[in-house]
Amino acid sequence: MKFTRRDFLKTALSGTIASVLPLGGLRILKPGEVRAEIEKTNVRWGFLVDTYKCVGCGFCVKACKLENEVPYDAPVTRTWIERYVILKDGRVFADTPMGGRDGFVSLKVRETEIKPADIAKAFFVPKLCNQCEKPPCVQVCPVGATYQRADGVVLVDRSWCIGCGYCIMACPYGVRFFHPVYRTAEKCTFCIHRLVKGMKTACVQACPFGARQVGNLKDLNDPITKVILNERVAVLKDEYGTKPQVYYLGLDKNVR
Amino acid sequence: MKTHVYRPLIVVLVIVGSILLARQFVVPPDFGVYERGFMYSYYRRSNEKEWEEFKVKYRTKQYCKDCHSDKYEPIVSSKHKVIQCENCHGPALEHPQDPPKLTVDKSRQLCLRCHAKLPYPTSLRGKLKGVEPAQHNPGMECSMCHNPHKPDMEGW
Amino acid sequence: MEGYVHGLEWTTKELFTYPNEFIYWSIQIVMYPLMTGLVAGAFVLSSLYHVFGQKDLKDMAKFSLVFSFALLIAAPMPLLLHLQHPLRGTEVFFTPHFTSAISAFGIVFFTYSMIVASEIWFVYRKFFVEQALELKDKEGILNKIKGCIYRILTLGAYDISEEALKKDEKAIKILAGVGIPVACFLHGYAGFIFGSVKANALWMTPLMPVIFIMSAIVSGIALCMLTYILIMEWKKFRIKTSKKPWELTVEDVKGAELELIRKTSKYLVGFMIAAITLELLDLVFRGYTAVKSWDILRSVIYGKDFVNIFILQYGLGNLLPFVLLLLPKASIRRMVIALVLVLFGVFMMRWNVVIGGQAFSLTFSGYMHYHIPIIPHNIETFKEGLMGALVVGVMPFVLFWAFNKIVPSLKYK
Repeated sequence: MKFTRRDFLKTALSGTIASVLPLGGLRILKPGEVRAEIEKTNVRWGFLVDTYKCVGCGFCVKACKLENEVPYDAPVTRTWIERYVILKDGRVFADTPMGGRDGFVSLKVRETEIKPADIAKAFFVPKLCNQCEKPPCVQVCPVGATYQRADGVVLVDRSWCIGCGYCIMACPYGVRFFHPVYRTAEKCTFCIHRLVKGMKTACVQACPFGARQVGNLKDLNDPITKVILNERVAVLKDEYGTKPQVYYLGLDKNVR
Repeated sequence: MKTHVYRPLIVVLVIVGSILLARQFVVPPDFGVYERGFMYSYYRRSNEKEWEEFKVKYRTKQYCKDCHSDKYEPIVSSKHKVIQCENCHGPALEHPQDPPKLTVDKSRQLCLRCHAKLPYPTSLRGKLKGVEPAQHNPGMECSMCHNPHKPDMEGW
Repeated sequence: MEGYVHGLEWTTKELFTYPNEFIYWSIQIVMYPLMTGLVAGAFVLSSLYHVFGQKDLKDMAKFSLVFSFALLIAAPMPLLLHLQHPLRGTEVFFTPHFTSAISAFGIVFFTYSMIVASEIWFVYRKFFVEQALELKDKEGILNKIKGCIYRILTLGAYDISEEALKKDEKAIKILAGVGIPVACFLHGYAGFIFGSVKANALWMTPLMPVIFIMSAIVSGIALCMLTYILIMEWKKFRIKTSKKPWELTVEDVKGAELELIRKTSKYLVGFMIAAITLELLDLVFRGYTAVKSWDILRSVIYGKDFVNIFILQYGLGNLLPFVLLLLPKASIRRMVIALVLVLFGVFMMRWNVVIGGQAFSLTFSGYMHYHIPIIPHNIETFKEGLMGALVVGVMPFVLFWAFNKIVPSLKYK
């Protein structure tokens, strides 16, 4: 029998294909496994913000940065507070100095001095990741480094993120940034390490006035689920179809 | 295949094969598609655990109250009961083992977070007691006159 | 400060922006579509001859094919330079997440580079075989290495009979034909990367991929023409200065060169018209429908970026070269000016899309400005600054020079 180079190549090639293809397939849960997983997870974390109650103290931002090891003096942050001052003549002033980390202590909005008599309404709006039901940031990750847990929380795998920034671009809420130390995409995790231990998130815990609340949206007896069901709540930028799961009481049309 | 025309194709297949082969070694075994489907949950499963094991730093009042009941008791009967100890004293971490002493923020800036007067209608902030920072004893620490643990009392 | 805040160094913010907003996609993301565009354009140009039998482009075909390959190899460079973790870049091949436009990169880029490489192989197969045979018995280490390279490049196919070469011809035609849609896809997907970002009011339009393809072909053709002219000028210079007599005179080269450039420029003008029409359509539509984002977009387009868009991109980059190309009695010098302007215009178009898309905040009530780092003082300001862009820009020429040692694409007949 003559074993030519062509034959050798053929054999080698088919051998490689045979050994590689079945393994090359993706690991996918079987339908039964998926059902079991979903039944196990009757948790869907959600958030409720009461903008009437927020006083802009910034303790939440401070706590978040320290709890989650986001460099304190970097201008990036997982959660932040925005201040909106709407004057009687209709002009809108908004700012968020250092994300509101040090609170708001002056009537000045950026460089503009504002007279108390001119103010029609003014309020603070805490922001954080909306843990969207349809997260566009996850959809666009090219390598599967960011994902949504069964309980709705969107996380980033720091050991797999390549740092392309596509997710940062895709988020309509601007909640993502590059972590100054790890240089991977970074975002609010709803303090998942606290939630799974039965604690509240660092920001919720730090808030003196109950302006921030976290809860399980699948539990009808959860205080925040009751509010979301029974009262008139709004979400941010629903026109993007992301189905955000951070609900707001007292949201104003001027809120961006 | 008695023609040379398919040779580049063989090269291509070899390259594709080696990428698929390399994939077996590079990609973690628990990388796959999970509950939310390919679009939203294609990831390395063990990363969830890694995040869940992230260190808790803010331990809440409950962690403080047993040892520091002398401070805890008065504050929970005052208006400042809504404030967590760690908001001013910093995250407890493993205190008292690590760190043995927490650094309390006594700065004027800390109190002004709530008590700088901002007359904002439709916001709770407008209803909080506040001062005009530039006029109210500028430069002095608030705790020189006010006890943050007994805020209802004037002075010590 | 602990760590390094990406974007802080080259971004200034104005009015109300979210805290985490910076210019995350900077000059390298401008370079990336520019490069893939040039690849696609150069390939389409070479295919015009191979598939559609545009005989007048024969001399251009070989050159633009090899040049396209050089551009192709350089195209991932800006992406890699942009990544925060460049070493993890291979994950795009290992765990591609196909709901992301960027993950298509692995597949499309690989497919396309294989098509181009195969086509080059078929075009040069006869040459490889000849070289391999010729260098077989020659002495000298250099000849040995060269011979070895050529022997590998033949892939063991030494049959260069008339019949075998006919098969090559057929394969080239098929590959060039398949390559056109793949080239368009390669660039279309680059447009899709932007067009599908619903969070970005300027980027999100289904026209984006088409606009990108058209301007890609424009830039590719322009660059091929320009490089061709430069090479011919070099040739003329060599003929003039050399003591030995050449088989050609300066006049021969000049005549053929002008003829070819004139013909190619017709295709260029055609694609330019298509590109500009689409861009203007997009602009008119945005103004007419005037959805929520239009207020801020208008202030960027007609205000902050007016010079970049209307003077530099449309004026200098489109209108002026258009006139220069269409005026009768073309001269090489005028062509060169027009071509440089066309390339500049396409660069500005990419700039205005990528940087312009980040010039306004997600709040729709604030702005951001990109200050391109000129003199780098750390690795980030090198990568995402002028120097990084220049490195990327020079790369294809270096690669082309190297490839040309193996596959001479400028043999003039």
